Parts: sequence; structure tokens; C-alpha cells
Amino acid sequence: MKAKQGIGVMLLGFFALLVYPVVSAEEPVSITVGSKGFTESVILGEMLSHLTRQTGIESRHQRQLGGTSVLWNALLSGEIDAYPEYTGTLLQEIMVKENLQTEVELKQALTARGLRMTSPLGFNNTYAIGMKAELAERFKLHTISDLKKHPELVLGFGNEFMDRADGWPGLQQGYQLPQQNVRGLDHDLAYRGIESGTLHVTDLYTTDAEIAYYKLRALEDDLNYFPVYNAVILYRADVEQRAPEVAAMFKRLAGRIDAPTMSRMNAQVKLNGEAESAVAAGFLKQALNLDVDYQIQTAWQRFWQHTGEHLVLVGISLSAAILFAVPLGILAARRERLGPIVLGVVAIIQTIPSLALFVFMIPLLGIGGPPAIMALFLYSLLPIVRNTYAGLKDIPPAIIESAQALGLPSRARLRIVELPLATRAILAGIKTSAVINVGTAALSALIGAGGYGQPILTGIRLDDTGLILQGAIPAAALALLVQGLFELIERGLLPKGLRIQTSAVKSAS
Amino acid sequence: MLVISQVSKLYGDAAALAPTDLQVPGGETLVLIGPSGCGKSTLLRLIAGLIQPDSGSITFEGTRLSTENILQIRQRMGYVIQEGGLFPHLTVRDNVTVMACYLRRDASWIDCRLNELAQLVRLPEEMMSRFPAELSGGQRQRVSLMRALMLDPDLLLLDEPLGALDPMIRYELQQELKTIFAQLGKTVIMVTHDIAEAAFFGHTLVLMREGRIVQAGSFKELAQTPAEPFVEQFITAQREPMAQLVEALR
Repeated sequence: MKAKQGIGVMLLGFFALLVYPVVSAEEPVSITVGSKGFTESVILGEMLSHLTRQTGIESRHQRQLGGTSVLWNALLSGEIDAYPEYTGTLLQEIMVKENLQTEVELKQALTARGLRMTSPLGFNNTYAIGMKAELAERFKLHTISDLKKHPELVLGFGNEFMDRADGWPGLQQGYQLPQQNVRGLDHDLAYRGIESGTLHVTDLYTTDAEIAYYKLRALEDDLNYFPVYNAVILYRADVEQRAPEVAAMFKRLAGRIDAPTMSRMNAQVKLNGEAESAVAAGFLKQALNLDVDYQIQTAWQRFWQHTGEHLVLVGISLSAAILFAVPLGILAARRERLGPIVLGVVAIIQTIPSLALFVFMIPLLGIGGPPAIMALFLYSLLPIVRNTYAGLKDIPPAIIESAQALGLPSRARLRIVELPLATRAILAGIKTSAVINVGTAALSALIGAGGYGQPILTGIRLDDTGLILQGAIPAAALALLVQGLFELIERGLLPKGLRIQTSAVKSAS
Repeated sequence: MLVISQVSKLYGDAAALAPTDLQVPGGETLVLIGPSGCGKSTLLRLIAGLIQPDSGSITFEGTRLSTENILQIRQRMGYVIQEGGLFPHLTVRDNVTVMACYLRRDASWIDCRLNELAQLVRLPEEMMSRFPAELSGGQRQRVSLMRALMLDPDLLLLDEPLGALDPMIRYELQQELKTIFAQLGKTVIMVTHDIAEAAFFGHTLVLMREGRIVQAGSFKELAQTPAEPFVEQFITAQREPMAQLVEALR
């Protein structure tokens, strides 16, 4: 009974530790901004962050979180205060069941959830039909309807666009397009085909950086065939009370960013490798005449920040796992009936995919460090529990019996005889956990916990192998380092009698 | 000293020990003997309280053994098993003194007692800081005996203490053990399957078979007035090969 109570208290304490920063973060006024995992969203997020700081209020930017549902839930629960979203996504994905038609209905639905939406920022990031500007000029093409006059053009679309009912099949019907030579191919290859002239027309996202890079022209959707994906800023209604000046700042963006501007900014980041922060600041200076103070971290600053974040994630989750899993392993080994249940539950936890576990945690612990630490903690349990269990169970019965026969009570037996003999197995479990933990911690960037996963995610987004390696190499090095550290601890902890002639010990026992 | 009354033990459906009575007078060496699986080790483990009887009672110097008092009573019993059961991570000194240290006995008393026992079992001083892995089989059994004697118990329980040793060392240790028992004047219960060893040590031999006592008495009684044919068979089975060897040498 005592052991169970002890574990209960430990669990409570651990949860209290996790929840504490979430609760206390409410105290000073500060605004947290989120962004999705693609460049445009990150640039807009940086803008919101700059605008907030412009009013003298603290701002934090949770960059490239793992998808629309993570951001939407984080906004609803107050983990973030604002993020850039698209009307099309709200209408056709997030609230599709409500079948909203107009912007007014959309605003009402948002208000009911305690949210606000700015007027459209000025660009519509939807599908578009594009071609080389030079070619369009030569044929005098401005709208999609203009394509009707040139049946000889070769069309190539991304595979997804080819297959979707609202893609090519719908477009062809809507505009009565006559072209016969239409092929489906990989989206990136389509750009190359356009460049080499074997393709003339392809599908794009309106604000793709490639539009400028390949000198393409997006033909106007004169029949309004494509659904509208107007960019807006979503924010919590309480921002208007907590920081009215910030809400006013957000509203100033409305109508200020047109598609070519957004497209150019995307290109600055994606193609020229400029920092999102600098691009956002440049825009604010030019469009709103705001002088934004911003700091672009040097590569080393970023490295140290990610190292710090990674170490905190690993340090807290692994220590908690050791403190929790070793007693759990002891309990499993000592209680015949409880043993299989404990091992089973811990094994099941291990099979939950990490992204799924993160999403489960958001309603409980929000985004950022706490849910990531909780998930890492849970993933670290199995190797330690299992090895502690096995280490204790593998002690020869003759040794246990001798300890009993001496009259040592159960606890003293554990402390003086059983745990020292299981040291090697327990430490092996901890080492396995540590390596898994360091690797899995890289995924924490998906819910805004930072760490070495951050450069890896950015690197994937920008297709920048160098950036990916900036996260991957330190993560690998840290895994080796942690392993080495426990190797040293083992040297200090492993009883001397167990280090000599293992074979002789076996025959003696 | 020790009174065993109607004690029985089942392992699953099989009776490891049928209801059994046995009295062990103080200062005597009693040897439990019989073929493998006869229940002799089970009886010894019941006395040490390592397993609980399904029926009956065991009374040690007037106190009935129970799960509540067994830890106390074990301090007054020394226990030695076949391969020593030494803790591989502790030195000889720590193996011997682990319980005394746990009980916070006086350090000088512990040192004093350790030296005394080392002399008794004839282990040199420099062995005290070695680990079990660095000792020979015979030395390990000496350490195991020291550990059992550390708290000066009233009763010494030995479960085939010499069973894993090669014959020469075994012979040497038998002589020494007998001297030590005589010197200490303690009550000893020893388990063995070797009739010569039993006869050599035991004032009383208790021959067991299939979970019950077949006959108890001195070797002479067992040999001269066997209670059942099995007693005779058991004794001859071990004596005959030797007798044939002696015959061949003539």
C-alpha cells in the first residue's frame, strides 16, 4: 500500500510541475503568436510578433507548429493568442460541418467560440493557373477564359490537381477549355517542364515563391471558379481586453498585402535564404512605415538556444522517468500479479505514435514544453521498467534466500542486496531510454517545444540540407554524450565485486 | 530446543512433506538424510521460515514461528546453503558482517567477532577484503559459515554445505567442521544425501523418503535395526561400491 501511495504522490507532484508554468504564464500581459509549418505562415507570424512588440508588449512566436488542428486547438485553449489562417480552410476544413456560406456567418461562428478575425489581408492563396509571363504576353493572355482561344497549348498539372473533382475536371467544364494535350505529373517537375518549354500551363498556389522565380504569370480566375482562401489573422476575443492596442495593430494589416507582395516575400525567404524576421520587418517598414527592432540570431545563438531547449526537454523528462520507472520496475518484480499489468501498460504507451500522443496532450497541457516533456517521459518508461524488472528477477534464488535467512527485512534486502546486483541491468535500461529520448525530443518542435527539431523542421520546409544537419548532427552527438555520461556513472555505481571475473561470479552463485 | 509438530507442506497437489513430528534437543547435531526429493530440504527451509507450513507448528525455544516474529528468530539461526549463497558485490568482510551492521552493532565488537570467526574457520586476514569471485569453493563455504555464525546463533542450519566441493577439500572441511561444532557446542541441523557424512557428523540421523520420516536414530540403530527394508537398501546402496573396491584390493 505504501509503495502505491508513494507513486501516487510522485505522479501528482510531477503533474503539478507540468501544469505550473501554464497557469503562471497568465500573469504579465504577453501575446503568443503561432504559425503553420510553411514559409508564408511563418513570415506572417513574424509580422504579428513584430506588431505586438511595437506596442511595448512582450511577444512570443511559436513557429511552424505541426498542422492546422494543433494551431486551432491551441488558439481555442488560449495557448496561443493569434495565428494567420485562410478563410477557405475555416469554411471547408475546420468548420465544414456548419456549412457556412458568407464571411458574416463565418464571423458569427468565430465569435461564438470567443475568437475574432481581421478583414482579409489582401491576398488569396488559392489554386491558380499559371504560365511563363513572356509566353502569356506574346499570346495576350490575362484570364483563364483567354485560354479558350489557344487549344494548341500543352497543359501539365500536379497529380493531386488532376484527380480532384474541383481540380482539372471541374475547371475544364467550368471554363469549357478545349485543350486536348493535358498530362498529370509531379508538381516540381511541372515547373521544370514550364521552364524548358515542353509545358505551357500548370497549376500553382497563388503566392508560391516559384511564380517569381520562374517568371510566371497567374491568370485571373475571371469566373471565380476556385474557392477563396483569403488570408486573415485569427485572434482570441480576450486580446481586445487584455491588449487592445495589439488587436488594433493586427487590424492595420488588413488589405495591405497583395498576392505579388506575399509571393515576393515567400521568394525572399525560400529562394534567397533571408530570415523570415527580416522579411517581415522590411514589409512593415515599407507598408506601414513602422521601424521594427528585431534581432536575427546568429547561427551560434540559435545553436545554443536549441541546445538549451533540447537539454531541458531531455533532462526533465529523463530524470522524471528514472525516478518513476525504477520504483515501478521494483513494484512489478515484487508483486506477482501486478507485474504483467505494469509491463503491459508501459508497453502499450510505447506503441502510441508520437504525433498522436502530442495531440492528446494539447487539451491537458497545451503546447510547448510541458506536453513534450510529458510525452518524452512516457516514452522513456518502458526500457527502464523492463530492465529493472528483469535485473531483479535474474538474481539467483540462492542469493535472495541467503539474504532472507540472515533476517534482513524486505526493504533492507532490496537496498543492500537486490538493487546493487541489478545495477548493470537498470543502467542499461536508462541508457536505452536516454538515447530514445534524445531522438524523440527532436519531434517536440512539432508542438512548439523547440530543440534540435526546430532547425530540422525549418530545413525540411526550406529544402535546406545544411539546416537539417544543424539539428541532426548535434542531436546525434548529444545522444552519444548522454550515453557516455551514463557509462561514467556506471563505472562509479557498479559494485567492484561485479566488475571482476563475471564468469567466476556466475559459477559461485 | 526445537519442536516440530504435525508440520506439512504441499507443492501444488504433491505433498513435499506429510504431517511430520520431530524434536531436536539442544547441543545435538541432527542430520536429515534421504534421496533427492524426500523432503529433507523442505523441512530445513520450513525451520528457517523461508517457506510457510500448510499445517502444524514449529516451536523454537518456546516461541512458535510466525511471519511476524520470523525476522527476529532468524537472527538466532545461522543458515548455510550448498554453494554458499554469498553476495557477489560484497567483500568477505561485508558478507560476514552485513546483518550485524544492519542491526548497528558496535564497530569494535564487529571487528572482534570477525577476527574470532576467521581464526575459527582458519581464513587468513588478507582474505577479508576479497570478493567471492576471488575465492575457491572451500573458502567460500568457510565464509558462508562465518556469516551464519556472526550473531552467535543458537541453531545452525546447513543445507548440503559440502555438496559442491571436490572430494579432497570436502574431506578436509568435514574434519574441520566437526571440530568447530564440538568447540561451539551448538545445536546443528544438517541436510545431506551422503550416508558416510551423516554418520560422521550426526548424533541422530533422520532418514526420510517421499515426504515422511522413515526412521530416526543413531547410525548404529539404523544399520542394525532398520525400521523398513528401505533403510537397509539406502545404507547398502552407498556402502556396497566401496566394499567392492576394498574387496578388489585384497
